[in-house]
Amino acid sequence: MTALAAHAGPSRWWRSRTTHRFVSHRLALLGVAMIASLTLACVFGPYLLPYDSLHIDLRARFAPPLTGQHFLGTDPLGRDLAARLLMAGRISLLVGFCAMLLSTLVGTLVGVIAGYRGGWIGAALMRTVDGFLSFPSIFLVLALAAALKPTPAMIVVIISVTKWMEVARIVEAEVRSLREREFVQAGRMLGLSSAHIMFREILPNAMGPIIVAATLTVARAILLEAYISFLGYGIQPPLPSWGNMLNGAQQYLASAPWLAIIPGAAITIAVTSFNFIGDGLRDALDVRNDGV
Amino acid sequence: MRAFLLSRLSQSLALLVIVSIIGFTILSIMPGGPSSQYGLDPGMSQADIERIKEQLGLNRPLWIQYLDWAWRLVQGDWGRSFRDGTPVLTVIGRHLFATLLLMGTSTAIATAIGTWIGIRGATHRYSLFDYLATVGAMVALSIPTFWFGLVGIYFFSLRLGWLPAGNMYTIGDGSVLNYLHHLILPSIVLSLVHVAVWSRYMRTATLDVISQDFVKTARAKGLSERRVLMKHVVGNALLPMITLAGMQLPTILTGALVTETVFTWPGMGRLFLDSLGYSDYPVVMGLLMFSAILVLLGNLIADIVIAVVDPRIRLA
Repeated sequence: MTALAAHAGPSRWWRSRTTHRFVSHRLALLGVAMIASLTLACVFGPYLLPYDSLHIDLRARFAPPLTGQHFLGTDPLGRDLAARLLMAGRISLLVGFCAMLLSTLVGTLVGVIAGYRGGWIGAALMRTVDGFLSFPSIFLVLALAAALKPTPAMIVVIISVTKWMEVARIVEAEVRSLREREFVQAGRMLGLSSAHIMFREILPNAMGPIIVAATLTVARAILLEAYISFLGYGIQPPLPSWGNMLNGAQQYLASAPWLAIIPGAAITIAVTSFNFIGDGLRDALDVRNDGV
Repeated sequence: MRAFLLSRLSQSLALLVIVSIIGFTILSIMPGGPSSQYGLDPGMSQADIERIKEQLGLNRPLWIQYLDWAWRLVQGDWGRSFRDGTPVLTVIGRHLFATLLLMGTSTAIATAIGTWIGIRGATHRYSLFDYLATVGAMVALSIPTFWFGLVGIYFFSLRLGWLPAGNMYTIGDGSVLNYLHHLILPSIVLSLVHVAVWSRYMRTATLDVISQDFVKTARAKGLSERRVLMKHVVGNALLPMITLAGMQLPTILTGALVTETVFTWPGMGRLFLDSLGYSDYPVVMGLLMFSAILVLLGNLIADIVIAVVDPRIRLA
């Protein structure tokens, strides 16, 4: 929230125009509410449910939702789907969040240096960004995931490898336009170091677009994790994630469609919520709209 | 035009060099490293591997290895598949048509629907339609493609029995109609995201054009709103979309891979996953490089097309 306050000037953040615009954006509020409840459910839910996510009950295999004691039904091993869904949510949300942190960090660093230095360093960095963007992200992620050991931490790194470029582009453009402004020239004349100017003077002024891009990156990271886990190269069982819960679901589509429908709905809800929040932040922080 | 072509071409070539460096870096961290490109059998002993490394010159400095590898790519020697020893480019070629067919069909669907939604959203700004289209696009962008495919299969194949649940054709039935029947569901599934993206950009582009003076002139001449839209607005709004079509290629390829998996469609995506499953790294690397080159080519073509259509671009 400090960033919002900085953007809005000296007044209290909750009275600022930015906050007002965000709050009047109904979809964004809906997104915040959904993410908050989803996070709370995933953190505390497993303690409240009567079943453990790993408890196998072969007598209760393929129980449909809302039929018996299992609220969302059970999977082919008779494990409670609700418990699995919440445990999987912890992993999926955490991976998405960490991947966002890492890729935003890398993207910001590259963007600030490329935008401020310019010249051949800037050109080289930005062409590298273009190079990475030329690969379809899933080919890149799958190749890396197959070559490296897919622990959750490694999945975060691999997803970040393919998601840092957009932040870098946005930050580079922003920094390049701020570089010649008076306050930066004043900083140079005061003899401040380049690092100080880059990260203490320019970066705070580019926070709006970074926050928006970071929010949308969470959405994309969750989606990408779901893709690769669905294909079997992401989070490995028995650790559940929303993506790998769908991994075996296709073969039971005729007999147990809920196995496919429920985890997919969870992914859609989470990703939609982050996209709504990102959209609301874009309006609130007055970031120039790029169409989507 | 010539100067434009030359500068654009050299940009693409420079990018190709960067793409190949990234590709080589990934190849180096694959099990077996660069040697995996040359048909190294996973069952070999350590001594065999050392001997072959010596023969293949893998003890040389990395940059020489890179140049060697890149030179082979340029010559069309992309290595051989571990599975049956077929040259990688031949294997890719066999799967190219299926992917292009799927991508082409779904792009056609997405362009038609997305253009319509975008224009209607722009001409009826802030209407209920516009609002629903905006929210709908955000939701569509959030739906995992493979899940949308599974839901589609559940309803249209398993429940209603209208459409086949997978494959490109029924064995023994090579008719065009049979192909089309199999094409419907996967291409609709793949087009979802692009309808969303395309309609948003089309809306913005149409709004840009509508506010310009020549549209006011057209209206002032007394042309009907419909004629203004069809003759003056749509064509101009579609111009920036050519660039977008090129930029969207990596996303379409990503979607195609996932869609092909769900629908057992025999294209490049399916091949990529099968090759990963067999640890067939030459094919994996080949597809990675091939798809990036396809993307570069797509962007280059988009830029040339727009320069041909719109003289302002190449003269600027």
